Amino acid sequence: MTPAVEAAVAGAFREEWGQIVATLIGMTGDWDLAEECAQDAFAQALERWPRDGVPRRPGAWLTTTARNRAVDRLRRQAVGAAKLREVAMMAGPGEADDAPDDREAAVSGVRDDRLRLLFTCCHPALAFEAQVALTLRTLAGLTTAEIARAFLVPEPTMSRRLVRAKQKIRNAGIPYRVPPAHLLPERTTAVLGVLYLLFNEGYAASAGGDLARQGLSGEAIRLARVLAGLMPDEPEAAGLLALMLLHDARRASRVDDAGDLVTLERQDRARWDAGEIAEGLELLDAALRRRRPGPYQIQAAIAACHASATEAADTDWAQIAALYGRLILLVPSPVVRLNRAVAVGMAEGPTAGLELVEELATSGALTGYHLLPATRADLLRRLGRYDEAAVAYREALDLAATDAERRYLARRLAETAGLVEGPRQTGR
Amino acid sequence: MKYMLMICSDVSELVPGEAEAMAGCGGWSEEMERRGVLRGGAGLRPSSDATTVRVRGDEVLLSDGPFAETKDQIGGFSLIECADLDEAVEVASKHPAARYGQIEVRPLWEP
Repeated sequence: MTPAVEAAVAGAFREEWGQIVATLIGMTGDWDLAEECAQDAFAQALERWPRDGVPRRPGAWLTTTARNRAVDRLRRQAVGAAKLREVAMMAGPGEADDAPDDREAAVSGVRDDRLRLLFTCCHPALAFEAQVALTLRTLAGLTTAEIARAFLVPEPTMSRRLVRAKQKIRNAGIPYRVPPAHLLPERTTAVLGVLYLLFNEGYAASAGGDLARQGLSGEAIRLARVLAGLMPDEPEAAGLLALMLLHDARRASRVDDAGDLVTLERQDRARWDAGEIAEGLELLDAALRRRRPGPYQIQAAIAACHASATEAADTDWAQIAALYGRLILLVPSPVVRLNRAVAVGMAEGPTAGLELVEELATSGALTGYHLLPATRADLLRRLGRYDEAAVAYREALDLAATDAERRYLARRLAETAGLVEGPRQTGR
Repeated sequence: MKYMLMICSDVSELVPGEAEAMAGCGGWSEEMERRGVLRGGAGLRPSSDATTVRVRGDEVLLSDGPFAETKDQIGGFSLIECADLDEAVEVASKHPAARYGQIEVRPLWEP
C-alpha cells in the first residue's frame, strides 16, 4: 500500500469513526453491531482503496459499506423484516431527509448522530469512568487495549467496564438522543466534564514518558472541537475548547530536558504554540460575546491572561485575581479559592495572598493537599519569613504525589534553608 | 419499558414524611395514575416484620429480618411504565421519599 492510501485510511479513521458508529447505532440500536460493522468497513477500505483508489467522499463510502454490512448481519440473524427494511432504507449522512430522527433533530436544532452518541455515553446513570471509557471507544475509536493502557488498568477490566456500560444502556433504557431542553444544561455539563477530565489526564501525563496517556489530550481536543461545532449556541463548549488549546499551547515548555516540571513564570514563552494560542483566543472572544459566561469560559480567560503575556512579569495578575473571584461564585471549591489566593498574592502582594491561604488552612477543606502548604511556603518566602517557609515546604514535600513535584519542592526548600542559615550560603 | 421504583429510607428518622408516605405519597400516586405511568405498587411493613428465605441443598432456611441489615429499608415499591430511563428518573424524582430517602430505579426483565 502506498503511504498516500495509508494516510487516507488513517485520516478517515480519525475523522469518520465516531460519525459512522453513531449513525449505525442510530439505525440499528445495537452498539456492538455498530462497532463491528464500522471496523469491517475500515478493513474493506484497507483492501479496496489501494486497488480502486481513495473514494471522493471517504466518509460516505465508509458509512455505506458499514451500513450494508449491518444489513447483511441483521439478515443472517433473521431480525424482523420491518426492522431490516428500516435499516436498508436509511440513506447515508446528508441524504437522510426522512430519517426518523429528524423530528428530534429539528427540536434541538442539530442533526448529527455524534451528538446523540456523546450525550448517551455521558449519561449520568453510567459510572463516571464508564462514561469516559465509552466516549473514547465509540467516539474516538480507541481500542479497549489503548483505553486500558491510558487509565492504567488491565485490559480485561476495561473490557468488562465497556461491556457492562453497553449492557446498562440497553437494559435500563438509557435513551439515544440529545436531551430535551430542560435537561440539556445539566447534561451538557456532564459531557464537558468528561472531555475536560480526558484532557487533564493527558496533560498531567506530559511530564512522564507515558505516550498512551499523553494522547488523551489530543483526543479530548478533537472531541471538544466536534462538540463545539455541533453546539454552536453553547458558549461553554467553545470555552472548553479554548481552555484546552490555551493549555496545550504550553505543553512543550512545561517540562525540561530532565523531565522536571517548569513553572509558568520560568517557561520559555518562545516555545509556546502561537497557532493554538491564536485559535484559543479567537474562540474565547466569540464565546464571551454571547454574554453567558460559565466556568470553562472563565478558566479559558485566565489561561488567556497567561498566554497573552509576552514575559512572566507582564502577567495581568489583577485581572486573573478578578476572574478567580468570579469563578468562585460559580464553582465554590477550595482549590479555586487556593488559586485565587495565589493570584491575589501576585496582584496585591504576599500579605494579602497569605491572609486568604491562612483562612483556607483554618477551614480544613484542603487538609492533606500538598499545594496548600506549598503555596503558603512560597508566600512566606516572599515575605522573608524563611523559617516558617522551610517548615511549610517540608510539609508540602511529605504530601506531594509525583517525583517531579517532590524534586521541585526539594529545590525550593534547599534555597530557602540556605537563606535561613545566613547570606554566606546564598552564593552557591 | 417497565421499571420498579424501590423506595428506601432510614426508618429510624422517618417522622415528618411518614404520614405522607402512607397516604398516596403527597399526591404523587394520583398524578402518576393520571399520567398513566403507574402499573402497581404498595407500601411495606417495616423490615422487623420481614422473614428471609433461602434454600440450600434441600433445606429451606428461614431467618428473621431483612437479608441486609442496614438502616435504610425498602418501605414500598411502585411499578411504572415509561418511555425510557430519563422519564423513569423524572417520575422517581417527584416521589416525596426522594427528598428524605432514596429511590432505586430498576428495569424489569422483559421479553
